[in-house]
Amino acid sequence: VSPADYGWLVLGFPLLGTLVLAFGWRWLPGRTAGWIGSASILASFISALGALQQLQDRPAEARHVESALFDYADTFGVSVELGILVDPLSVLMMLVVSGVSFLIHLYSVAYMAGDRGYVRFFAYLNYFVFSMLLLILAGNFVLLTVGWAFVGAASYLLISFWYRRETATSAGIKAFVMNVIGDVGLVVGAFLLFNGTGALDYAGVFEEAHFMKDGELTAACICLLVGAFAKSAQIPLHTWLPDAMEGPTPVSALIHAATMVTAGVYLIARTHPLFELAPTAADVAAILGTLTLLAAATIALVVTDLKRVIAYSTMSQIGYMVLGVSAFAYGAGLFHLMTHAFFKALLFMGAGSVIAAMGGIQSLDRMGGLRKAMPFTFVTFTVGAIALAGFPLMSGFFSKDEIIAFTLNRGGLYTVLGVIAYVASLMTAFYAFRMVFRVFFGEPVEEARELQHGHLVHHDPENPATGEREDTDVGFPGPEHHIAEREWPMKAAMAPLALLSIVGGALGIPGVTDTLEHFLEPAFEESAYLDTHPSESAEVLGLVIGGVISVVGIAIAWMLYLRRPGVTLRLRDRLRPVHDFLAHKWYFDELYDAGFVRPGAAFGRFGRTVVESVFVQDFIVGGSTAVVRAGSSLARGLQTGYLRSYAVLVVTGLAGLALYFLIASS
Amino acid sequence: MDVVWFVVLSALIFVIGAAGVMTRRSPLVILLCTELMLNACNLALIAFARMHGSGDGQVFALIVMVVAACEVVIGLGLIVAIYRKRMPIDVDKLTELRG
Repeated sequence: VSPADYGWLVLGFPLLGTLVLAFGWRWLPGRTAGWIGSASILASFISALGALQQLQDRPAEARHVESALFDYADTFGVSVELGILVDPLSVLMMLVVSGVSFLIHLYSVAYMAGDRGYVRFFAYLNYFVFSMLLLILAGNFVLLTVGWAFVGAASYLLISFWYRRETATSAGIKAFVMNVIGDVGLVVGAFLLFNGTGALDYAGVFEEAHFMKDGELTAACICLLVGAFAKSAQIPLHTWLPDAMEGPTPVSALIHAATMVTAGVYLIARTHPLFELAPTAADVAAILGTLTLLAAATIALVVTDLKRVIAYSTMSQIGYMVLGVSAFAYGAGLFHLMTHAFFKALLFMGAGSVIAAMGGIQSLDRMGGLRKAMPFTFVTFTVGAIALAGFPLMSGFFSKDEIIAFTLNRGGLYTVLGVIAYVASLMTAFYAFRMVFRVFFGEPVEEARELQHGHLVHHDPENPATGEREDTDVGFPGPEHHIAEREWPMKAAMAPLALLSIVGGALGIPGVTDTLEHFLEPAFEESAYLDTHPSESAEVLGLVIGGVISVVGIAIAWMLYLRRPGVTLRLRDRLRPVHDFLAHKWYFDELYDAGFVRPGAAFGRFGRTVVESVFVQDFIVGGSTAVVRAGSSLARGLQTGYLRSYAVLVVTGLAGLALYFLIASS
Repeated sequence: MDVVWFVVLSALIFVIGAAGVMTRRSPLVILLCTELMLNACNLALIAFARMHGSGDGQVFALIVMVVAACEVVIGLGLIVAIYRKRMPIDVDKLTELRG
């Protein structure tokens, strides 16, 4: 069996699941749909394991398997097929995506129970996983674009899942528009590459790419970056990600933490030969990635919505990955992608459990003291936070600090970027534990006390963002809340992720295991990856510095929130302008609002009031009817209905004709 | 006799008929006047047929008579129908076809 056969299976199961759920929704009672959805993803994960095993059985140089189902087009100059590519890079992504997706499906089986859109939710979720796997497995730019656009559509559907919530639908539209900007970038980039190389499949493009003019190649890479940055929520195309938290929490865990937002990182890693030929584009990506990781970390310090803190943290962590893959540290970037998928999905699951326990409230200001009421959630959430903070020997510790070690090793500009990354990792540790301390420590709030007495609080359903009253019918969240302490599927999903968040780093301990690095080597054998590898001592030094920074960050959070609660409020009042700047998310939304949304809306109004109603309606439509009306009223005037006037007309007309012919003939 | 006399007579009768159609208000009289116009045409046709010494004009005259008979049937039928519906027998009052 070829690894590609397993690749097709990996794609096939989620597609089958989508179809079954989409067409069978009428006949699926209770939690059946959830189990069907989970089973299809589990089957996909097992197939991915099969692909891994088959690939590892081959010699290193043969670990690049292509397979095509049929040709889209095969003519002079163009050859596109529905083809997939299985190599260590795509297998790693496949395993991460299908594995984490399975656990999130399992979590949703319980978490979403009682929602009136239960089956629809799992149909969307399976569709998303199919799209994401298509994106990963695509063997050429055309199929990549298809997967890319599918993922954007799935994200839109899931963000707007509670479609009667206006904040959710507008967030979905925002995400979709941003994603389409990225799609356009990707398509234009692929076109430029096709124009320069005459090929659309990866291998063909990479072979011919060095014949392209430098400027053209750099332009193509920048276009690809537009696509990557829109998907991965990097500055300047990042504003949709925090708003995407309007979707159900499992969606945030799946799409906006573990899988979809890493597509940009995957794209850069996949097209690495191009970025190595166009180092300017790689530098741009590295700088913007660093800017994002810093900006998002600073915003995460002040945001008070629990899910949005994690969302900004996601942006920031993806900034690290982008920095990694742009600095040619592909192994490190993908390593961080993997560990981040573990601990960030875990954090979102914990957050979902906390929000359920709070009866739907998401604001950190209203939370506190939940530690005793929800011990399981507390432990797993803390594990996720420790891993995110990069505490020594946790998974995030090895992956993040390896990226920074690679970056510093490049020297020059990258030294500055590496130092900024260290600064941001201090903030990361701080905001991770700001969440833990504010949610689980301190004086227990009413909901926590109730829960300690075994009673789960249910508030009147309302929109957590605006406070608007809602009902619990289809299109709004269901009437039930589910916490991990009471639902075994949620526990079964969170426990493995907690374990992986702790031990996941073992795949890449420098100089000891390096498993992941060796596994990925065949995919990056001709790249600059191996040349830019820092020495082992530099890597260890990086780890030590990163570990110290993370401990210091956690200690600061402990000082501010547990030792002397209240200090942060005074600090906020002292630094009011800084706080406002961060709380307004660096004013990006306001800037885009003034720069694009308002002019766009004004142009739309102009089109509606002037072009549409004055020109089209009044002038073209109204004008033509007026002409017809004038002509017909003339004809109508002749139709008097008086027989004798008709007779006069006939006689005079005939007499006139007769006279004319008489005169003309004489 | 010169054909001119016949043609002049025919024209006179035709004009009398046309003037009747244009001025009278009773549908019955209008029908009579159309009859006059048709027969004026017949007179002209037969006169020209004699002048040319061919039978074509006479054939046309016969056809016109047939048409006139049909027309009288329909016209009188309409008039009777109008009368039976108790509508005014006056063409100036029958103006439903005004646009």
